[in-house]
Amino acid sequence: MEYFPILSAITFLPLLGVLIILSINGEKEIVERNARNAALLTTVATFLFSLVLWFSFDKTTAGFQFVENAGWLGGGIQYKMGIDGISVLFVLLTTFIMPICILCGWNTIKSRVKEYMIAFLLLECFMIGVFCTLDLVLFYVFFEAGLIPMFLIIGVWGGDNRVYAAYKLFLYTLLGSVLMLVAMLYMYGQAGTTDIPTLMQHSFDPHAQIWLFLAFFASFAVKMPMWPVHTWLPDAHVQAPTAGSVILAGILLKMGGYGFLRFSLPMFPVASEELAWLIYALSCIAIIYTSLVALRQTDMKKLIAYSSVAHMGFVTLGIFAFNVQGIEGAIIVMLAHGFVASALFLCVGVVYDRLHTRDIDRYGGLVNIMPKYAFVFMFFTMASVGLPGTANFVGEVLVLVGIFKVSSWVAFFALFGVILGAAYMLYLYRRVVFGELTKDDLKSMLDMDKREILIFTPLVILTLWMGIYPTTFMDFIHVSVDNLVVQHEASMATYHAALETVAGH
Amino acid sequence: MTELFPNLDIAYGEIFLSVGAMALLMIGVFKKDSVNLVSWLAVAFMAITLFLTIAAGGEQTYTFSNLFVADGLTQFMKVLVLVAAALAVIMSREFFKLEGDDRFEFPVLLVLATVGMMVMVSANDLMSLYMGIELQSLSLYVLAAFKRDSERSTEAGLKYFVLGALSSGILLYGCSLVYGFIGSTNFSSIAAAISNMGEGGAPIGAIVGLVFVLSGLAFKISAVPFHMWTPDVYEGSQTPVTAFFAVAPKVAALALLARTLYVPFGDMVGSWAQVVIFMSVASMILGSFAAIMQTNIKRLMAYSSIGHVGFALLGLIAGNAEGLRGVMIYMAIYLVMNVGMFVCIMSMRRKEEGMVEDINELSGLGQNHPVMAAFISIFMFSLAGVPPLAGFFAKWYVIIPIVNAGYFSLATIAVLTSVVGAYYYIRIVKVMYFDDPAEEFVAQKSFPMKIIVTLCAVLVLAFIIPQISSPVLDSASAAASSLSHN
Repeated sequence: MEYFPILSAITFLPLLGVLIILSINGEKEIVERNARNAALLTTVATFLFSLVLWFSFDKTTAGFQFVENAGWLGGGIQYKMGIDGISVLFVLLTTFIMPICILCGWNTIKSRVKEYMIAFLLLECFMIGVFCTLDLVLFYVFFEAGLIPMFLIIGVWGGDNRVYAAYKLFLYTLLGSVLMLVAMLYMYGQAGTTDIPTLMQHSFDPHAQIWLFLAFFASFAVKMPMWPVHTWLPDAHVQAPTAGSVILAGILLKMGGYGFLRFSLPMFPVASEELAWLIYALSCIAIIYTSLVALRQTDMKKLIAYSSVAHMGFVTLGIFAFNVQGIEGAIIVMLAHGFVASALFLCVGVVYDRLHTRDIDRYGGLVNIMPKYAFVFMFFTMASVGLPGTANFVGEVLVLVGIFKVSSWVAFFALFGVILGAAYMLYLYRRVVFGELTKDDLKSMLDMDKREILIFTPLVILTLWMGIYPTTFMDFIHVSVDNLVVQHEASMATYHAALETVAGH
Repeated sequence: MTELFPNLDIAYGEIFLSVGAMALLMIGVFKKDSVNLVSWLAVAFMAITLFLTIAAGGEQTYTFSNLFVADGLTQFMKVLVLVAAALAVIMSREFFKLEGDDRFEFPVLLVLATVGMMVMVSANDLMSLYMGIELQSLSLYVLAAFKRDSERSTEAGLKYFVLGALSSGILLYGCSLVYGFIGSTNFSSIAAAISNMGEGGAPIGAIVGLVFVLSGLAFKISAVPFHMWTPDVYEGSQTPVTAFFAVAPKVAALALLARTLYVPFGDMVGSWAQVVIFMSVASMILGSFAAIMQTNIKRLMAYSSIGHVGFALLGLIAGNAEGLRGVMIYMAIYLVMNVGMFVCIMSMRRKEEGMVEDINELSGLGQNHPVMAAFISIFMFSLAGVPPLAGFFAKWYVIIPIVNAGYFSLATIAVLTSVVGAYYYIRIVKVMYFDDPAEEFVAQKSFPMKIIVTLCAVLVLAFIIPQISSPVLDSASAAASSLSHN
């Protein structure tokens, strides 16, 4: 190895934290305090470490960087890590969100603190691994492994109906993924390797591509989630502890979009184009239908969960627009959603910690006693709606521009999502924050404390930064996306040329 | 071609262990209170046999007028059988000390069964095949009924015996048909005769015979539709016996099945592939669906083992060295997961009630015994085939060959049943972590048990690391290629 294996270091640093926490013994209170501190320290250290990527990432090349290669299972299956413009920001997003998650469960998690922290650190390791790996098998391993801690997080520290939600999450995701596994095995048999960059160059038989695409689609669509396989998400979100919801919305959902960009588009270009209509249809339904469903929700978390599905509809539309604007927009929407949806779940968490209910009707008039909270909630409501100057705006506009080039009708339907998004978010905000403070149990509620302000500050800054000066982030992704689109067009051109030769004879 | 004096080099292990079994019997009879001694001697004998087996080398050698063969496959599988048997004896020490009924016949019978299995693995003739199976089965029948004053245990033994005798009869009938139509009982001669007959030239009687032989063997590996005995016998037998049943006989019978299908009937793939496909698919489906309703952990493990056998059979369907390798890796990992899990099951005991087997008794284990709960979850997630645990790689290595062989729908069915299987495996995790604590178990005190279970868990966790997995992978590759060369 020529230089320090930084990606592996970032990926496995959380495991070190796990070992440290495991070795803590003694009085219950001391153990809990130390476990919290160790977890926070590990995640912060991981984040600081990952900043190296931010500063030393070469933004002028589309190739993979920081590549590490080591033998693993043999027979073309390697331990290979590397990042490009598409994955680098997701790695950073993950390491950035994690300390926030640890902090937000700081006081609210009272039982089995040690196990809680271990589960989160394991999850961080697996999630970073998903975005860093350049081997199909390794990707699958990380992708699936994340289910175990997530299952436990929801099942152990979740709400009343947590068992049902945990099962649903686990089985839905597993069902989607095993089909992807079969497709992966087929690809391995065809190409003789599971090296992702090599597979991107390998042109699979167009007929087989359809099946491979559908198998991968089964997995990513569930993870994303796309309508109609989204139903696990509201349950999981509602039942998960706040930090679990933040992870789900902030990072786990991005794995689906990342998967489409990393696998479906470059490896199965023909199938992607052939089946784009399916994606458009499902995305448009997702955007409009789930927005309407969100309007009718009485549970705050469920409402935001449905809004997530709608936002993910924008992501899939952007990805399958097959042009630079669309794909860049999709990535920005994912990142923005990572900040904004996480923040919204944290906002719900703030009031939930005080009143222990997520029922919208139980709130109202919070602005009178919690001005700081009202401000933060307002900010992220606006961001979620896509107000210019916030991150979502940039992403959504790019996606709409990209998809408009392909089909104005699809763009027309997608636009409804923006309007409905404003409707359900403002309606939520009005019911929770505005109005008279009439309910007695609300009157004693305290405004946000320092810890909570500390959690929200970086999210506010980043949302504004990405909204006002998106170039910082676009610079990272631009070259890689450009390359992706060029590659895609080239392989489509070859395919059409081949078709014409066949037709000509 | 009969040698004047057979070459004994490759059979030292079996010979030593047979003599050892006799010696143990003598010690047990003539020396009072010698159970402990006999048991630990049995473990020592198995360790020596293990050493002899490894020392014999993996080169293909025949002896006893071609009745007996040694090669990479036999070596690999014998190691698994011996390890499983030795661990079962060690587990039994702990168990009988607590439960009483401590008798020296147990280790002796177990050693005899092990000899039978080693003969099965090395059989190169329908005669030695049958001899091995019978020696193994007769010892196992007694072991199943070992707790003779318990209704459940006797029932298990009787059930196992009646059905086992039936299947032996079927097997023997199949052997006679094959002999009648092919004219030989020797694997190599049968292979030569069949390949002389050319594609599709094998007489119908021989095919019928083969199907009978397959049915007999399917009983031993408890593949559907010959699985009926499994849950009852697993439940009725004492836990160390169940742990032994779950692993060693299956390893031996699968090795035997692989050799029977690959060597004598290798040219009749078309005839047996559909039978094996049916057994495999039916086992996977039944194993996963039937387990959902189980409340007894041993019955659950029984159905789980049926499902796992279905998975292992997948490798044989591919009909090549890669598939065989998959089967061997599968069995190695399966051994580790099962032994670990059964040690955990053995430590499910309370002060007043003694051993408990209901799944709900595990409730809240995550709070009472966090370490034990963590171990069980590791085994459960691994059995479910969730990466990065070893169980995932077991499945991986049997599915690759069948995908490469073009059986896509088979692979899809397999992975889908593993999702159904995941449902009942994670139910145990759910009971342990999500439910309210039940009364505490008596803490596990025995040192060997702790070592075994920790070792198993570490192996399951660390299989992903190439330095840990490559010995298994490499020796399996070498062994698999040795068989498919003939």
